[in-house]
Order: sequence, then C-alpha cells, then structure tokens
Amino acid sequence: MTVSLRIFFIGGLTAYRALINWLSPWIFVPTLVVAPIFQILLFVYIGRNAGVQSDEFFVVGNAVQYASIPCLFSMTNAIAGERSQQTLMYILVTPAGRLPLFLGRALPVIANAMFVAAFSLFVSGALLHIDVPFSAWGPIALVIFVSTFSCTGLGLICAGIALRVRETAVLNNIIFGLLLIFTGANVDIDELPGWMQAISERVPLTHGIQAARQVANGAPLGDVRGLLATEAVIGVAYTIVGYLLLRFLERESRKRASVQIA
Amino acid sequence: MRLARLLYVGWAFNLKSLTLSGFFIIVSIISPVIFASIAYLMFRAGARPGSLLFVAIGAGMMGIWSSVLFGGGGAIAWQRWQGTLEYCIAVPPPFIWVVLPLTIATATIGLYSLTATLVWGWLFFDVPFELAHPAWFAVALPVSVLALGLLGLVLASTFVLYRHANALSNLLEYPIWLVTGLLTGLALLPGWTRPLSWVLAPTWGVKALREAAIGGDPAFAVAMCLVLGAAYLVIGHFCLGYFERLAREKATLTLA
Repeated sequence: MTVSLRIFFIGGLTAYRALINWLSPWIFVPTLVVAPIFQILLFVYIGRNAGVQSDEFFVVGNAVQYASIPCLFSMTNAIAGERSQQTLMYILVTPAGRLPLFLGRALPVIANAMFVAAFSLFVSGALLHIDVPFSAWGPIALVIFVSTFSCTGLGLICAGIALRVRETAVLNNIIFGLLLIFTGANVDIDELPGWMQAISERVPLTHGIQAARQVANGAPLGDVRGLLATEAVIGVAYTIVGYLLLRFLERESRKRASVQIA
Repeated sequence: MRLARLLYVGWAFNLKSLTLSGFFIIVSIISPVIFASIAYLMFRAGARPGSLLFVAIGAGMMGIWSSVLFGGGGAIAWQRWQGTLEYCIAVPPPFIWVVLPLTIATATIGLYSLTATLVWGWLFFDVPFELAHPAWFAVALPVSVLALGLLGLVLASTFVLYRHANALSNLLEYPIWLVTGLLTGLALLPGWTRPLSWVLAPTWGVKALREAAIGGDPAFAVAMCLVLGAAYLVIGHFCLGYFERLAREKATLTLA
C-alpha cells in the first residue's frame, strides 16, 4: 500500500516535472497564462460582433475549456514523453502497479489545469468587468476541479493512443478544437444541430461549463449538483476507458516489440 | 535570373516539405475550419448575422497567419535542429534569399486555409461564393500571401533570438487574430489597437480580400500590403544580418 502511494504521489510528481517542458516560465507564461486570456477576448469580441450571448458567457466558457490544454497535452506527454526520452521500456518492465503509475501522473495535471482555468477566469473577468460574487469562488473551484478531472480522463485516453500514434501534438490540437465547439464554450448547446448536441452531452467539460456559468451567476452549489455529478461520471468513465486502453496497448506493444517505436 | 531560380526552387521545395507535415496541415486546414464553424454558428444565432463570406475569409486569413507564425517564426530554428543552418549560411547567395522562399512557402500553405474555410462554408453553411470583383480578388490573394510571407521573414529573424520560439508563436496567435479584426472587425476594438493593426499585413490582406469578394474598393488595401511587404523586407534584411554577425562572432550558429 505504501509503495503504491509513493508511486502515485512521488512518482507522479517526479514524472511530471521531468517530462513537461512547459514548467519553464518562458513557455508556461505565454502558453498557459497569456494565451487563454486572449482566447477569451477573441470570442468575447466575436460574440459582440455577432450580437450573441453576454461577455460572461464567453469568459466562463473559455476559461474552463482552456483547462483542456494542460489536461490533454500534459497527460499525453506524461506517458508518450517517456518514449521520446527512451525510458518507456524501463517504466514498463518495473513491477509497479499500473493504476498508481498511470493515475499518479494525472494528479499534477489536474492541479495545473485548475490553476490555468481559475487564473484565466479571474484575470479576464477583471478585464471585462464581469461581476462574479466573492461567495461564488469556492463553488467555482469545485466545479473547475471536477471539470479538469473529467478532461484528464480524456487526456488519459489520448495518452493511450499516443502509445500507437506518433503525432500526438496533432491529435491533441484536433481534440482541443473539437472541444471548443462541442462543449458549448462559445455556442449555446441548444443552437447546435441534434447530432452535435448528442455528442456534447457525452464529452468532458460540457456539464462543467454549464455548472460554472450558473454558479458565477450566483446559483448555490445545490442547484448544479446534477450537472457536477454528470461531469464526474463522465470523468470516471473516460478515466476507466483510458486506463484500460493504456493496459491494452501496453500488452500490444510488448507483443509487437514496439514499445519504443510508434 | 539566378535569384529568381533560387527563390522559385526554394519556395517549391519548402512548399512540398511543409505539405508533408501533419502539424502544418492541422494548423492550416482543420484549425481554421473549426474556428470558421464556431463563427458561422455564432453569427447564425446572433442578432447581427452579417455576411458569412466575411467570416469565411476572416477564418481563412487566420489560418494563413497561424501558418506564417509557426512556420516563419520557427524557420531558422528548424534549420538549426536539422543541422542545415551552417550550409544555408555558407552558400554563396545571401542568407536572406535562402530564408525568404521558406517564409513565403509557409504563407502559401495558408492558402489551404482559405480554400478549406470557403469550401466548408459553401458545403455546410450555405455561404455563397460570388465575387464582386474577381480580377481584384485574383490580385489581392497573391499580394496578401506575399505580404504575410515577408512578415514571416521578420518573425524568422527576430524569433531566432528567443530559445522557445514555439511558445512565442503560441503567444502571438490569438492577439494578432484579435487586433487585425479577422473575425471581429476593427470597429469594435478599443482605439489604441488601431495603430497596431495598421502595421500588420493581415489587417490589409483580409480587407483587400473582403472588399474584392463582398464589395468595395480593394486598391488601397492592396497597395498597403505592398508597402508593408517592402518595409518588412528591409527590416528582415537588417535583422538577419545582425543575427548572422552575432552568431559568427560568438560561434553560436548551431546553439540555441
């Protein structure tokens, strides 16, 4: 048990620090601090130009949606990065339990993503004079936590795919773009065609964004518990699928002797 | 004649090379299509629907800018990673004539974006593609690409001094989309952003294309693209010369 906990916490943090190169402030600040604020401003101004929704709609939606950048890219890198550094085979031959090994890497990802979403929301809210009640920040933090957990589950699936696919940056960029549409960050879900709404209901962040908007408008946490529970269930489902996919592709890689090659 | 051949061969080679890059295809096709789709849906739902052709051209120009930003900004760094920077500098032609076709090729790749957003809009959002001034459109398109390619030359020669050029590219993508009014129009932006937009080729490129396609007089915007392109060439020339001298003096050509 102690060993598993060590692998989960210390191993996860060590792997994260070793593999995620954007921990350098020269990368972190432009990519995860400044870029999300400009994404928010861009959609706010498109919204004003089109005469659709309020500024708050885009600020909250995009702040939570941008958490997908660290969730997807970090989680993928936390696994696939081992391959590019030629250390994946050493990881996979260890007797370490796979559950703490893989999921331990998700914990720092969630913490980072929470910071990105909360910071973007706070700064862009201040810039655009969005009035979020002080009492709402606690519930918003919880909503962001559940949303980032859920999206990290999707990141775990991407990490599994990264065991077979070489162009992980391309894959993550596509998924990020699709989340921009399907999560309802910029277009109200009701405005989407039926088939898109059906997908929206099943992807991470959709319910989290809806909950965050309600909470930012002053709704009590109890009013959004259904949305939060749905988001959490989606997160658990994606995490289970991601974990199983990682195990499956690990076995396949061993069979094909392709652990170090995509 | 030799210069023309060098520019053409360099442009064609880099165009083929970039076309094989999955990352560039994403940047130049899928990403603009996603942004165009969001904008189409937003304008359709909004109180001011406007012209969807306005959106299609703006989203296409967004792709051209992204392509120039990542391709132009990383042009010299790529040569360094591939171990070919020394050869590029050691060859008899001046370094600027070796880099210029590469940055113009990245802008040309951006034409995929414009094509993709127009076709996507026409297929799925009923965006009409009827040009008000077809001849002007045929002029505005290559002139815009050239101006953005020359802006890429400035990026190539300045980003090289920053080790994490990709991060700088990430930083500049959204702000330039915003300041140049590609999807938002310039009228809504704060007044202090105007001078910034005036010195950026995407502002005039998209204006020229829109006025040629939707209606208006694109002559001034086309002329501004040419003037800015010439200015970028001069700035790029001096910046590249400075970089080359610095790298030779400090013996850091292959070092980041």
